[in-house]
Amino acid sequence: MGSSNSSVNNIPNAQELMQETGFSAAHILRLHERFEFLDKHKCGQLRPQDFGAVQELALNPIGDSIISAFFSPGQETVDFASFVRILAHFRPTDRNQSRDGAQQEPANSSIRKLKFAFQMYDQDRDGKISRAELLQVLRAMLGIQVTEEQLQSIAERAIQEADLDRDDAISFDEFRKSLEKVDIDHKMSIRFLR
Amino acid sequence: PRSCPPGRTRGLLLLMVLVFLEGSVLPLGAASSPDVTHQANSDNHIVKEAGHNFTKKPFPVLSLDYHHIQAPFEISLWVLLASLMKLGFHLIPRLSGIVPESCLLIVVGLLVGGLIKLAGEQVPPVLDSRLFFLCLLPPIILDAGYFLPIRPFMENLGTILMFAVVGTLWNAFFVGGLLYAVCQIQPGNPSILHQLELLPCLLFGSIISAVDPVAVLAVFEEIHINELLHILVFGESLLNDAVTVVLYHLFEEYAGVGSVTVMDVFLGIISFLVVAVGGVLVGAIYGILAAFTSRFTSHTRVIEPLFVFVYSYMAYLSAEMFHLSGIMSLIACGAVMRPYVEANISHKSHTTIKYFLKMWSSVSETLIFIFLGVATVEGPHNWNWTFVTVTVILCLVARVIGVVGLTYVINKFRIVKLTTKDQFIVAYGGLRGAIAFSLGFLLNKDHFPLRDMFLTAIITVIFFTVFVQGMTIKPLVELLAVKKKQEAKRSINEEIHTQFLDHLLTGIEDICGHYGHHHWKDKLNRFNKKYVKKCLIAGERSKEPQLIAFYHKMEMKQAIELVESGGGVKLPSAMPSAVSMQ
Repeated sequence: MGSSNSSVNNIPNAQELMQETGFSAAHILRLHERFEFLDKHKCGQLRPQDFGAVQELALNPIGDSIISAFFSPGQETVDFASFVRILAHFRPTDRNQSRDGAQQEPANSSIRKLKFAFQMYDQDRDGKISRAELLQVLRAMLGIQVTEEQLQSIAERAIQEADLDRDDAISFDEFRKSLEKVDIDHKMSIRFLR
Repeated sequence: PRSCPPGRTRGLLLLMVLVFLEGSVLPLGAASSPDVTHQANSDNHIVKEAGHNFTKKPFPVLSLDYHHIQAPFEISLWVLLASLMKLGFHLIPRLSGIVPESCLLIVVGLLVGGLIKLAGEQVPPVLDSRLFFLCLLPPIILDAGYFLPIRPFMENLGTILMFAVVGTLWNAFFVGGLLYAVCQIQPGNPSILHQLELLPCLLFGSIISAVDPVAVLAVFEEIHINELLHILVFGESLLNDAVTVVLYHLFEEYAGVGSVTVMDVFLGIISFLVVAVGGVLVGAIYGILAAFTSRFTSHTRVIEPLFVFVYSYMAYLSAEMFHLSGIMSLIACGAVMRPYVEANISHKSHTTIKYFLKMWSSVSETLIFIFLGVATVEGPHNWNWTFVTVTVILCLVARVIGVVGLTYVINKFRIVKLTTKDQFIVAYGGLRGAIAFSLGFLLNKDHFPLRDMFLTAIITVIFFTVFVQGMTIKPLVELLAVKKKQEAKRSINEEIHTQFLDHLLTGIEDICGHYGHHHWKDKLNRFNKKYVKKCLIAGERSKEPQLIAFYHKMEMKQAIELVESGGGVKLPSAMPSAVSMQ
């Protein structure tokens, strides 16, 4: 795809983004097209309302959390670079990657993926998933089909199981430990992004 | 803590088993030959009666009438033999660690066959193809299908299909073609090998190339490798049935004619699709019927397990009736019905189904291996050094090349690539078994004069793979430090987070505008929840979210464990005080 290279250059900071996230030129192009599709007002930034164009997100129980994950705390818009950086977390892990110590951990490593998921639970960014935050997620996923009492029992059970230092909240390490049997590289990767 | 030293007890038990063996072998052998003695007795009776009409003979207080119960008695003896063997092996601790059970069972079969032959009786045709395909194979496949781990199976379906379809085709043609080439050389020294034409060779190749689910199950069960490798090899062994069925019928049909046209090949491909898809469809239909039936069983809980077994067996028979893939039908039936049936049936029925399936499949598996041993002694054999050795070598070479080549292609499409270690295990795990033998046995001797040679070669390959590969795979797994199977217990955290991640990935896929794996899975789940569950699950449970069902199951399990460990009434203070169980 030689021609795409020239159009990639139309995108600001394309080379930098490719370097940082590991996406190929074709991917950056595709993501840019998608970004422009969502950006109805053509202002180069996305607002939460713009994500409404994706109809399936409305049916998703945690759709709102996903949308807000794209926006850094306090910010109301997201530009293309941040959009790509978030999506870079879902690139399949490169097993054979060799990094020198100075380089930052790549966005699609297992740890970064887990961190992204953790931050979606931990809305107030205090580094721990409190009982209330867990309840919020459970409520979103299980909806109205379940009584409050059942939700409480499940949340209680979950914290009891995972909380090793007995501080009544789940820290990142405890979160990681409870998911050690799950193949994160496989579970949190999209084939489309290679 | 035993009163007598353990060694003596074990020795005594072994002695009992051997004596029983000896005792049971003779009736087995005697039963197969026509009951000459009984005939003679009845003849005498008739002569006597003719001579002395209405002579009152003394009332027989005790009489022997073996013929009356012969067939069921024989069957029961065989089953009992198989079960006692299984018991016996586990009493010898070191042996069961080194040698896989399947090898020991074949050896037992050889012994039994040998004893029968020594006793001068005719060995019963135990591995009769009808008996094998209609009675021995279905329980094993149903057990595998009902408890098939759906998630890893679906996630790796592409890889599994590649190995099953392309891999088996490659094996069949490679082995068949090269075997024909080898048989044609040595023009100066004409042997019976020259009679062998191309199509019978290809037929032989297709019989011998299929990885056997029974052998794979038997060996892999003991080595506990990680889920991915297990599902790859096992899934391949199940799905290659469709390919084998088509190739077998195709070559068998045209071996008589002697040539295959392009049209036939084209029809063969269509036939493959029909066989595979048709088999799955038949299974799915019966699965849905079973699920629907189970919706109404709340008042007659006792016969619930029966529906599962009967519907599955009928799915298998129906598929076999149309020459579709019976194995795929059975797998589809079990996998489709399971989530709905389990939501409907009682806890006791669930346990019943689980243990009946495990029991039947275990006995079946044991019997199959013993019968393999017996059938080997029986023959018919026609040993040809060239043919047999070339076959064994070609099978190995074909398997290795096939796996390596396919992995190279597959890795381009996989998220988690297959490493060299994985490839080695997949290649090494390609065991052949009783299905190959039964298919060979089915061949018509008139059409295939070299059938005996085929059978001998098949048996040699089976023995080689089961003994050599079966015995060495465990130390090799240790040596290569292959990842082992992780403990099955799933925590509630895992369940919550996995569901969360599913939703997350679906959302990300939607944002990217990419209709991938998660998107379709989500759509299927939603369809399932909205329409299917309402039809097939009784009452309130149709609306129960998966997480709640999982939570209930966990709580139940914990409660049972608590009672079994003697905990009983006292609940630890950390447990939630109110668990609402609907």
